[in-house]
Amino acid sequence: MVWEIRSRFPITTHAIRCNMWFTAICNLEVIKNRFTVTNRRSPGTMEVMRSQKKASSALTSSNGVSTLNLYRSAPTLEVRLEDFERFAVDRLLVLRGISDGLARGKKPDEMEKLVADLLKAHMRHPQASEVNNKDIISHFVLRLVYCRSEELRKWFLSMESTLFRYRFRSVNSDVHLSLMTELGIPYKVVSQKEFEDLRDQLNLVARSANQPLPTPNGLYKVSFEEVPELVATRKVFIQKGYAYVALNQVVSFVVPHFRSHLSKALVLTNRKWTSMIREQEKDRLTPIVEALATSYLGPDYSQDKEVGEISLKDIDQVARTSFPLCMQHLFNTLRDDHHLKHGGRMQFGLFLKGVGLKLDDALAFWKAEFSQKVGAERFDKEYAYSIRHNYGKEGKRTDYTPYSCQKIILSTPGVGDHHGCPYRHFSEENLRAALGKMGVSSRALEDVIEKARNRHYQLACTLTFEALHASSCDAGINHPNQYFSDSQKILKEKNMSTD
Amino acid sequence: MTKEEAGNGRDDMLIDDPEPQDKELEAFPERIKLYYGWLFPHADMSKWMAYGNDGKHPACDQSYFGRREYSFTLENDIYMRFQSYKTALELEKAIKDHCPFKIDIGPVYSVDPAKRHAYSQSGDNIFTPVEKELVFDIDISDYNDVRYCCSGADVCLDCWPLMTIAIKVIDTALRDDFGFNHILWVYSGRRGVHCWVCDTKARRLNNEQRSAVAEYFRVYKGNSNSKSKVSLVGSALHPFLVRSYNVLSDYFERKILCSQQLLSDERYESILDMISDESVASELRGKWQGNRRSNANDINIVRWEQLKHLCGRKKTPGLRRCVEEIVFSYTYPRIDMEVSKHMNHLLKSPFCVHPKTGRVCVPINPNLCDEFDPTNVPTLSKLLREINTGGLQAEGEKVWDRTSMGKPIRYFKDSFLQPLLKSCKEEMEASYNAKVQQSKNSLGW
Repeated sequence: MVWEIRSRFPITTHAIRCNMWFTAICNLEVIKNRFTVTNRRSPGTMEVMRSQKKASSALTSSNGVSTLNLYRSAPTLEVRLEDFERFAVDRLLVLRGISDGLARGKKPDEMEKLVADLLKAHMRHPQASEVNNKDIISHFVLRLVYCRSEELRKWFLSMESTLFRYRFRSVNSDVHLSLMTELGIPYKVVSQKEFEDLRDQLNLVARSANQPLPTPNGLYKVSFEEVPELVATRKVFIQKGYAYVALNQVVSFVVPHFRSHLSKALVLTNRKWTSMIREQEKDRLTPIVEALATSYLGPDYSQDKEVGEISLKDIDQVARTSFPLCMQHLFNTLRDDHHLKHGGRMQFGLFLKGVGLKLDDALAFWKAEFSQKVGAERFDKEYAYSIRHNYGKEGKRTDYTPYSCQKIILSTPGVGDHHGCPYRHFSEENLRAALGKMGVSSRALEDVIEKARNRHYQLACTLTFEALHASSCDAGINHPNQYFSDSQKILKEKNMSTD
Repeated sequence: MTKEEAGNGRDDMLIDDPEPQDKELEAFPERIKLYYGWLFPHADMSKWMAYGNDGKHPACDQSYFGRREYSFTLENDIYMRFQSYKTALELEKAIKDHCPFKIDIGPVYSVDPAKRHAYSQSGDNIFTPVEKELVFDIDISDYNDVRYCCSGADVCLDCWPLMTIAIKVIDTALRDDFGFNHILWVYSGRRGVHCWVCDTKARRLNNEQRSAVAEYFRVYKGNSNSKSKVSLVGSALHPFLVRSYNVLSDYFERKILCSQQLLSDERYESILDMISDESVASELRGKWQGNRRSNANDINIVRWEQLKHLCGRKKTPGLRRCVEEIVFSYTYPRIDMEVSKHMNHLLKSPFCVHPKTGRVCVPINPNLCDEFDPTNVPTLSKLLREINTGGLQAEGEKVWDRTSMGKPIRYFKDSFLQPLLKSCKEEMEASYNAKVQQSKNSLGW
């Protein structure tokens, strides 16, 4: 895989001692060379001494194997710079996979399987003992990455909570109980006598909620405030302010605790980041962190591999059949106005490079359009340079990579701009019209609009692709050039089969 | 009411025909001024709002009272929001000066609402609700699809039992299931009731928890487009629903069925519509069509028995809960979800006077709610007449005690306020002692 980040940072293998920044991001106070952790949940202040040697704060079951992390506090660990980045990327792939699964409306069983598969694919480590550390380190690195704005925090919180939820479902009940203790959720075990007194009513509740009948040892008393979801759906028996919760229902209140703790931690992390870490680490960790948030983790289309070239005479037809909506719009605007502002030139120009338009053809293409508006001379003077720049033929000769969907979605088109992602930046009315013009059937159109309305922009584009090509795109659209190459592939196959 | 009480004493000989609404409204501004001057229980209401923080104990939070939001609706619908007052005296003066047609009580905020603009909505210094009573609002017009005696905003003794049912079901659940103790039920002045849950635990619930309590109470999920709005699935009913059903079916069979003539010839179709088994519905229709009896009340009861019998006899799954669903649809409480869910919701204060009816929003004793008569609630005009004909005031006697306000205010003080304040005081002392103990125990740096 070619990552944008890698090309910028030489990989060094020197270890970085993580004391300072780990400390900073999880509300530890450094007092006289001792580290203390303030546990916000318990009424008093819990002091925990962390020795330099302790490797992890994970829960361990009786045989010493680590189980489920709460990420309450970070350990002091040595992390290689390479691992710092790599672990974070691996975890990011898991979280994005979860995001995709949720947006596609996968059911809980499917999600549980998806999460297990994702963890298996990305979160393993050659040394079994390091798996847990990878989990912890990657989480804390991503905290740095995703603490920095409200939107990022919301996304991270959502994905990490979902990840936690499905991992929680798969561990055994010993872990559940120790987690409740760790989270400081006061619970009481229900005595045999109390169980007998309430047995009839408890059975009624279980039957009304289609759940297994409760057993004396599998029942806990918690304040009803701890389990709002269960109370709201009448899935628990409550009496005098206490809810009688079965062990299999414990997930529904452990997850909110995890979530609220992480939410607070992210706000704190952000504060530390802006006030201290970003500056301190500006030559080392900061660039990595800032790149990770917008990193696109697939092929970068900077070299046209399988696609081949497109020639100028084909461009109109190819635009109609294989360009995604964002690029069709830019193309049509260029044809109509004979001009595009800078954002549009960048987004569309790099896309064309990715689909295989050679520099000379690109120059001819842009010149043919722009000269109708500004004249050939002005084009050569003012615009040709930047096209050559995009192809790495000028200045520092960086070969710029075409923009991924994520980058395009995050852009901010202003007055007179036509770049950006139409599923996000167009009004619903305009989006409908554009999709209609593309030839999307009215039923598919409604689905696309709905996805766009719910802010699943890439899914909307994927559905558009699927509707227009009458073929499914399971991987989803992540990059305009991917849309193009997938489209061309399907069309070529169709041509071949009809020949 | 007047005829019964005619022989019972001097005061009760006052005739109380309710005045027509427009006359009531016209005279309201001058009357409300007198009301706030003589009858509104300012001191007691403020004691309530202070929750014990108006004392001298070191644990008292002197800023607490001033952080409560009030809103006033003045004559001509002028609306003043985010009003706050540092002391009870200031609040009293403001009420007497403005003579609001309506007073709403909002949450206690993190800072003085009047100073909210100095604080941002996010970041460190924020202006946000920190405490608010858990409240419920039940309005009889939400039952318009199941009551035939009145329409719109009217209420009468035939449909008022729906409110009685709501009070019983919800009050029992609040106490037995949720463990709350300090609960105040108030007549809303025209066509409903409000409930104020004032336990400390309740005041500190967040929006999600409030939502959960409201959802726990929600059974009816209908609108004009759906046919069957109550859906009781599952092989058993939750104990809360079972307990509630006992209350519901008692009132349904004793009162509602007949007072609303639910199975009369004109109305039985709506109930037959709710029976999912068409063969049963048509069998009943066959029995009832064109079948008349002389005693109107009998017919409802007889037909109901037939319905129950037929539904119980057939064991089809769709019919299993049919009878319960009908009873729930016609009687189960319908609360306004939005009122309960949000901490920052404003609700009308008890002891306000409704401008259109002139009736005072008096507390209702849940243990005696069967006897509550909304057509007999003291009105402004009646109260003012009582003051005028009362004779010389005795030493130390409160004006309201000589009027029909006496009973409601005394109930408020004795049954609600006093136990609440006692409990607040105990809590305050306990937490203060615990803090003192803790600071003694912990290590100093």
